[in-house]
Amino acid sequence: MAGVSRVRRQLPTSPWLFAAPGLIVIGAFVLYPFVSTVVNSFTDRRTLIPGRFVGLANFRELLHDDMFWTGLRNSTLYIVGVVPALVILPLLLALLVQKNIPGITFFRSAFYTPVVASIVVVGLIWVWLLDERGLVNSLLEAVGIGRVGFLSDQWLLLLSAMAVTVWKGLGYYMIIYLAALANVPRELHEAAAVDGAGPVRRFLTVTVPAVRSTMVLVAALSSVAAFKVFSEVYLMAGPSGGPAGEDTTLVMLVQRTGTGLTGRVGYASALSVVVFVVTVVLMLLVLRADRREET
Amino acid sequence: MSVLEKVRPRQEPVVRELRVTDEHGRRIRVWELVLRYALLLAVLALTVGPFLWQLSTSLKGPTEDIFSSPPTFLPSHPTLHNYERVAHTIPVWDYALNSLKVASASVVTNCVGSALAGYALARLRYRGRGVATLVFVLAMLVPVEGIIIAQFTTMRELGLNNTLIGVVLPGSIGAMNVLLMRNAFRNLPYEIEEAAYVDGATVWQRFWRIALPSVKGTLAVVAIFAFMGAWDDFLWPLIVLSDPDKFTLTIGLNYLHGTFANDERLVAAGTVIAVAPLIALFACLQRYFFRGVGEGAVKG
Repeated sequence: MAGVSRVRRQLPTSPWLFAAPGLIVIGAFVLYPFVSTVVNSFTDRRTLIPGRFVGLANFRELLHDDMFWTGLRNSTLYIVGVVPALVILPLLLALLVQKNIPGITFFRSAFYTPVVASIVVVGLIWVWLLDERGLVNSLLEAVGIGRVGFLSDQWLLLLSAMAVTVWKGLGYYMIIYLAALANVPRELHEAAAVDGAGPVRRFLTVTVPAVRSTMVLVAALSSVAAFKVFSEVYLMAGPSGGPAGEDTTLVMLVQRTGTGLTGRVGYASALSVVVFVVTVVLMLLVLRADRREET
Repeated sequence: MSVLEKVRPRQEPVVRELRVTDEHGRRIRVWELVLRYALLLAVLALTVGPFLWQLSTSLKGPTEDIFSSPPTFLPSHPTLHNYERVAHTIPVWDYALNSLKVASASVVTNCVGSALAGYALARLRYRGRGVATLVFVLAMLVPVEGIIIAQFTTMRELGLNNTLIGVVLPGSIGAMNVLLMRNAFRNLPYEIEEAAYVDGATVWQRFWRIALPSVKGTLAVVAIFAFMGAWDDFLWPLIVLSDPDKFTLTIGLNYLHGTFANDERLVAAGTVIAVAPLIALFACLQRYFFRGVGEGAVKG
């Protein structure tokens, strides 16, 4: 292109001036902290005490730390619980709001509202809804089921937090699916209908294969987010992570261990490295899914 | 590309009797329509209902039973009493102001920083451009939760922990936003800028007068997501702020919940204050919110 070579001739300093603010911020608050996390994970640094090199001691300690295994278990369970729901439910929702019937834009927007709200607001709304005396239990009692201790049992708490994550994420993934569905050729549906396929059959044989790459993308995106869960569980189970800390997630453990004036920065950094490694593996799946989509 | 625009039909004239057609002009049967609306209303109750319940709780006076079974959905004597109480209990308006400051600052820094850097990555030719691009791509892959402790120690080293500047800085120029702006600039035709170059326009003039006005839409997306991200953020301000005077709304709410958990009306009033501005913003600027999802998730 002729333009490329002509635009090339200019003062050599200005491009760097344009990029400088971005590079400085990213360098100082993303790349430097990343390097320092890795370095700190091999030290016994604390918030107020500069650390000494301790080799792999932090990682060896991890292996014998029950809380670490609890956190890893809960964060992994979170993926297992949340991802299938977030792959399937928003797709069904997108199909529901895809047809342009009167008022549908209102419904689309309304379904997106939980995405806009802060996770703190969402968490507190559900803490009150699922309270021992809250709305959900009032309704359960009114229909004769009786009250359920959603926020007092270790497993029910984790399940409730997962439900909140799904509830907040539905609208976001619905919009992603809507874009994908718009690209499904109508002829496929018509051909299937002519062949006598019912709605369920058409969903499985036409819709699902057509949005398959989007489903993979949603699975990868939501599993990365699920593994890093913090706020929902922190708000619903409390800062100490529910009964005996059994609902602690990995990121909650990082936050609890590494912050404050007595924070064990070295050990928390080792925990962070684990978070980092797992999320990067999950994120590589995103990139692969993306690439598959392009080809 | 807006998802909604894409899905929206060519307006088919709705004529004769009561006839509803789908996006291809085919008629939708009545029972299917009824089923669809029933499902839509059920999902509506599930997604918006909790917000309304919170609003209703916040408007119920001290004498009204909020625990009744079956529940009463509408307050019998709506009152703003709880909003007065929450302002007496915590400095909720100061917190709102802090959130507003943080969110506004984040909007300005993200728009300016990512537009400049995005332009440099998309349009300017210089040695090291590939490396610069790679820096932003790598930064986007680093999960914030994995480096948050080091961000905290970095802030301490800079003496900025427990300040609002410290809250803003790590997210002040998002790598994702830079790449979004880069893509927007790359999609502009070269010819216009070329013509300006021939007319003797400097880099700065080409950027400010020609390129930037053409990517306003993407800039709006960056602004909205920067605002929403900063206003809603929880983990980072929780770590970096320790002084209750400096709290943002989300941290203030967490404090309110932790200290007055048994006063549901009070917490409800606090959450309504925190969420109302964003819902208003969303109601006004919906299409940019949806557009952001499309650009950020699918193409980013």
